[in-house]
Amino acid sequence: MLMKKGAEADLFLEPFSGVLHPAGEGMVVVKRRVVKRYRIPEIDRQLRESRTVLEARLLSDAKKAGVPTPPVYLVDRKNTTIVMRFIEGKHVKKVLGRLRPERRRRICVEIGRMVGRLHGAGIVHGDLTTSNMIITGEGRIYLVDFGLGSYDRSTEGRGVDLHLLRRALQSVHFRIAERAYRDVLRGYKLEMGKAADEVIRRAEEIEKRGRYVEKEERPWR
Amino acid sequence: MICLGIEGTAHTFGVGIVSSKGRILANVSSTFVPEKGGIHPREAARFHSAHAGEVLREALGRAGITMEDVGLVAFSMGPGLGPVLRTAATAARALSAFHGIPIIGVNHCIAHIEIGRLTEGARDPVTLYVSGGNTQVIAYDAGRYRVFGETLDIPLGNCLDVFAREVGLQYPGGPKIERLARDGRSYIRLPYAVKGMDVSFSGLASEAVRRYRMGADLRDLCYSLQETAFSALVEVTERALAHTEKREVMLTGGVAANSRLREMVRMMAEEHGARFHVPPPELSVDNGAMIAWTGILAHRHGVRMSISKTQVLQRWRTDQVDVPWRR
Repeated sequence: MLMKKGAEADLFLEPFSGVLHPAGEGMVVVKRRVVKRYRIPEIDRQLRESRTVLEARLLSDAKKAGVPTPPVYLVDRKNTTIVMRFIEGKHVKKVLGRLRPERRRRICVEIGRMVGRLHGAGIVHGDLTTSNMIITGEGRIYLVDFGLGSYDRSTEGRGVDLHLLRRALQSVHFRIAERAYRDVLRGYKLEMGKAADEVIRRAEEIEKRGRYVEKEERPWR
Repeated sequence: MICLGIEGTAHTFGVGIVSSKGRILANVSSTFVPEKGGIHPREAARFHSAHAGEVLREALGRAGITMEDVGLVAFSMGPGLGPVLRTAATAARALSAFHGIPIIGVNHCIAHIEIGRLTEGARDPVTLYVSGGNTQVIAYDAGRYRVFGETLDIPLGNCLDVFAREVGLQYPGGPKIERLARDGRSYIRLPYAVKGMDVSFSGLASEAVRRYRMGADLRDLCYSLQETAFSALVEVTERALAHTEKREVMLTGGVAANSRLREMVRMMAEEHGARFHVPPPELSVDNGAMIAWTGILAHRHGVRMSISKTQVLQRWRTDQVDVPWRR
């Protein structure tokens, strides 16, 4: 069953028994990177294959570092497909704005800790938005979609991650964005310690590099 | 009511005249072309002030009106090059003060979207706005036009211009690169930089120049440069489309004239069952009509400005603009 038609991949929700082994139980997600007709085959093939293999490695290494991610069952390079466990829950994007402040604060701090652990393990996610975080019924947060992730220990790569997360918070949860981002940073510092400061500074610098950022300029109000 | 809009943010000085019903009565412009190198803000501003009078007269003539008929003066208040913005603002203030007409400063990037919404019937698109000075993916969300992706370093048009200049192609480089790219045969791998919803082009430009100096075929390089840069742009636009779940895609800005980019964005939109819009070239490039129309929208929804509040904003961000007409 088609679960989600993403920007670069189709996600199918299937029974484990149908995809992998008849004796298996539960559901799996089949993530297939689809051909994009708009780009030439040389670029298309290369992007899809390399991202499939890399994503599977990142998912498993992130888990080793203590960041909840879906377990990977199968990687099929030729068909640019990954099979992984289905994580049942809600997108953080959908729930964050509706939560009570106290619970929201805890979740944001936890998100910050996850990003900190990820960075500590030498991984950057590359697409840190709240739609790539799933919160389960027990309140556990899973990080999904490492499609744009990479192995990267640079301050720049980490800074881009924080910058993207901040931007995502602003574009979807703009009313609570600043508060939420501060809580994320608190969690981040808990994991990264002193190294966090340099990354946070870099994230601000990256934001300023966007051509038209300056102090609040709001002449119509 | 008739609004006279003055555009001046970069190369182009334009005057557009638009009625409150959205009829474009005139859209005239004059474009500064540097003799060599890139744009120098003061030289462009000098060019604009020298040509402002004739552009204004021609626009009024084409519309068949006089300043007596104008009920509102709008101008591009930002973002853009300081001296250029100030020249357009000075012209607008002079007209407003001398003729006793209300004045409104509008955001240049948003004007690009609004003119497309007017003439193409786009209602609520994800917009890919690509020009020499801007590269943004913009969509309306909860009271504001929000930037869902943008370049982390140089704009696409700038990337193409820099490459063109370094390999000896005359300004504007974009159309020449497009022509050469048609004869490109083999793809040369260049750095493809998508970071989340953002793109980066500076590494791409320098690598393409480096490959040229190493002796790569210029046609192949133009082809590869276009394919790489456009693929990245279309990908981030696609991500914004998936993220916002909108049903329309619009392409605008000077680089919208590139037929390969148009083809790629159209194919992406079709894959998602979204409608594709691209304003005609004279309304995709910087122009006065889009400023006039956005002025009308703002004025109709109660935005008022006194001349003392019309200082230009070089770095006026798209998401800082109040857009009461969209609520």
